[in-house]
Amino acid sequence: MKWHRIQGILMRHLYLYQRSLPRLMDIFYWPVFNLFLWGFISTFIDKFNIAGFNAITVLLCAVIFWELFGYSQHAVSISFLEEVWEKNFLNLFVTPLTVNEFIASSFLLGFIRILMAGSVMAGLAFLLYHFNIFTLGFFLIPFVLNLLMFGWTIGLVSTALILRFGTSAQVLAFGFTAMFQPFSAVFYPVSALPDSVQFIAYLLPSTYVFEGMRSVIATGHLSLENFLLAVGTNLVYLLLAFWYFHRMFALVKEKGLLMKLD
Amino acid sequence: MKNLVKKFNGVTAVDGISFDIQEGHITGLLGPNGAGKTTTIQMLLDLITPTSGMIKIFGKEMKHHREELLGKVNFSSPYVALPNNLKVWENLATFARLYGVRDIQGKIDELSDFFGIKDLLPKMTSTLSTGQLTRLNLTKALLNDPKLLLLDEPTASLDPDIADRTRKLLQKIQKEKKVTILYTSHNMAEVEEICDRIIFINHGKIQDDGMPAELIKKYGRADLNEVFLTIARGQENQEAKDFETILKK
Repeated sequence: MKWHRIQGILMRHLYLYQRSLPRLMDIFYWPVFNLFLWGFISTFIDKFNIAGFNAITVLLCAVIFWELFGYSQHAVSISFLEEVWEKNFLNLFVTPLTVNEFIASSFLLGFIRILMAGSVMAGLAFLLYHFNIFTLGFFLIPFVLNLLMFGWTIGLVSTALILRFGTSAQVLAFGFTAMFQPFSAVFYPVSALPDSVQFIAYLLPSTYVFEGMRSVIATGHLSLENFLLAVGTNLVYLLLAFWYFHRMFALVKEKGLLMKLD
Repeated sequence: MKNLVKKFNGVTAVDGISFDIQEGHITGLLGPNGAGKTTTIQMLLDLITPTSGMIKIFGKEMKHHREELLGKVNFSSPYVALPNNLKVWENLATFARLYGVRDIQGKIDELSDFFGIKDLLPKMTSTLSTGQLTRLNLTKALLNDPKLLLLDEPTASLDPDIADRTRKLLQKIQKEKKVTILYTSHNMAEVEEICDRIIFINHGKIQDDGMPAELIKKYGRADLNEVFLTIARGQENQEAKDFETILKK
């Protein structure tokens, strides 16, 4: 892997962000929108002490985490779709750029987007609701990194599906993460799910992330069990996603479809 | 390339093509639509995996040395645009990074001067005219000082004046930078003017191979255009049959 090629793709996307309002809105509009919505709901629940726990902390943390997960996935899928929309694949893959470098650049873009959106959301949450995510210590960071990783995995799988089935599958780039929300115990503990669904929940790294996040909020300590389970499941899925993407890329090259993606 | 074959769902697009390209020469790859030219070029660039056969560039097999070889090769086609939503400079800087160019600014300055696009550098690519886009594509194609340049109909959709200037520019590049060029075009006069050698392919097979003057003499025709028609029509050609049916109606 060569850094200058990863940087080349990364810069190509960052050039676009400099002057594209829709792309900037994509980073900032929805997080702010959701922060307002869930912030007001949390304040309401907290005011009437309906939940019996610190609703603002738990719900706002869950919202911020969920948004970051979506951003990580979007960065991978959308950076791929940008090349499809601009019909730029031929230009890119007649250079020495490798598939892994292409993937690495979209992962990095995901990380940058998370940093940008996360900073805005954390700042706004503090200003609007006096919610300081950093008072929870650094124990949340390992869980955020796990979400970033799971976002990459989902992004890679949705991209591989678009590669194979064409842009008719591009809806996956926008709504794929939503499929995982009910099973990931984002706003409620896993125990709130029916037994049959709990089985699915425990297959997902995101479930351990959200369980771990609530544990950090409740105890102030890192839940090592949830962290290790998140890392373990994440690694398995990420490796499978890499294998699947490479398989699809090879298949598309064999069928001569790489230039026909539109 | 040796015995190169490509089949798509049982249909043979390239049928055992073998040829060498001489270094420092301009070789024309000609043939009617659907002859297998694009598939051959895309296999050369590792965009399509061959069903069988071998591609060697500078003595090394593409399958095992892709990164190294593609660093020495480049490609330009008016049908493959650079991203419209980037500025000209941004596009060139992106590709310079992908090719590992050390002095990006210097290289872009040198080439934009050569192709006369210096004043276009701050402009959005979407605002460029067809002729300007052709020069931008060629600038991109020379960023890595390629030893082998694949040009797919570089003068298509250009007016005769710009097409002529582009041809002169290509000859200048070949002369000054000692680049080996593989050239496809449907403009036979152009091919006759700039190619040292021509490979005719049809139905995925090489039909003939030689210097333009040799081929004209061999087929007893007035020019390369007539040679092309003789070769293309000398075989079963479904597209030609379709045209005849339409004309009869």
